[in-house]
Amino acid sequence: MMFAAAALALLATLALALVRAVKGPTVFDRAQAANTIGTVAALLLAVIGFLTGRPDFLDLAITYGLLNLIGTVAVLKYFRYGDLGDPGDAEGETGR
Amino acid sequence: MLRTASSVLTLYLFWLALSGIYTPFLLAAGLGCSIAVVWLARRMAVVDHEGHPIHLGPAAARYWPWLAREIAKSAWDVTKVVLSPRLPIQPTLVRFAPTQKTEVGLATHANSITLTPGTISIEVSRREFLVHALTAAGAEGVTSGDMDGRVTRFEARG
Amino acid sequence: MIAAAEALTAVLLVAGGFFCIVGGIGLVRMPDFYTRMHAASVTETLGAGLLLLAMMVHAGLSLVTAKLVILGLLIFFTSPAATHALAKAGMTRGIEPLIGPRERAPSKR
Repeated sequence: MMFAAAALALLATLALALVRAVKGPTVFDRAQAANTIGTVAALLLAVIGFLTGRPDFLDLAITYGLLNLIGTVAVLKYFRYGDLGDPGDAEGETGR
Repeated sequence: MLRTASSVLTLYLFWLALSGIYTPFLLAAGLGCSIAVVWLARRMAVVDHEGHPIHLGPAAARYWPWLAREIAKSAWDVTKVVLSPRLPIQPTLVRFAPTQKTEVGLATHANSITLTPGTISIEVSRREFLVHALTAAGAEGVTSGDMDGRVTRFEARG
Repeated sequence: MIAAAEALTAVLLVAGGFFCIVGGIGLVRMPDFYTRMHAASVTETLGAGLLLLAMMVHAGLSLVTAKLVILGLLIFFTSPAATHALAKAGMTRGIEPLIGPRERAPSKR
């Protein structure tokens, strides 16, 4: 069953990304690793859905993908500006 | 009006794809939610040529396959670099002026650059893009203007 | 026909898994923040794309494939935005990119 092989490959990728998250050295390296872990986790959920014959897992994968983007952007805004942005300032003009 | 109808249709199809249970109540609830969300989005004035660019559909059908091929090619190049024992990288920063006129065009160009492994757009403005490339060949690929020309044609066709 | 689809699924799964691992290896091996991002984008584009394609071939025309398409669009539209935000945040915070060819061998991992 090749889905098991793909799941193993994704787990290996997770482990490698975790190594980078632990080693750092900067917070942005860790954020990049976290982003990769999020993407891989979404894929892993989808693959596990096929592996166990439960396609419901795909809904979880989609949710995880959405949360991953929001999480990354929120964390980055925090590290770039020191807060999560004040409501009502003119920052929206320049975008991220 | 066409854009509004298309937004409702897109959201409703999204609902149908995620739901999977088609009882009359859920079908009606989905339609109601789709219409309510588009009504709110119209109040926020985000259902426009940027928020829901349906006019780019035909152009995207020609641009995306090309982009997919580029992604595959450069992903393979980066793979060879990563797996090579010497790690033959040559990180480069390049600045160049994009030729797109619209915000959608600029965003498409910047995202295409970032989506292609080996190049990342760091700073994006109307006048200038700052791009980080993993290899000198990747930097040349960005400044050669091939992708730039294609995105400009993509935006003009819409 | 079914056998051909199965074989194609297997090939795509193995290829997708391979590119995911390559991205992970690059994430560990590359010398600085910006070059690591290039490696990670291999996982997010080709790795994710091939794995999703494999699952689509396996599922055939069904609701599952529709969901896979949604997941694929989600990843392909959001990953460059996240990557760009990351690169710009790094630049704003003054992380200097390594420039030019590397002379010495990479220090142990």
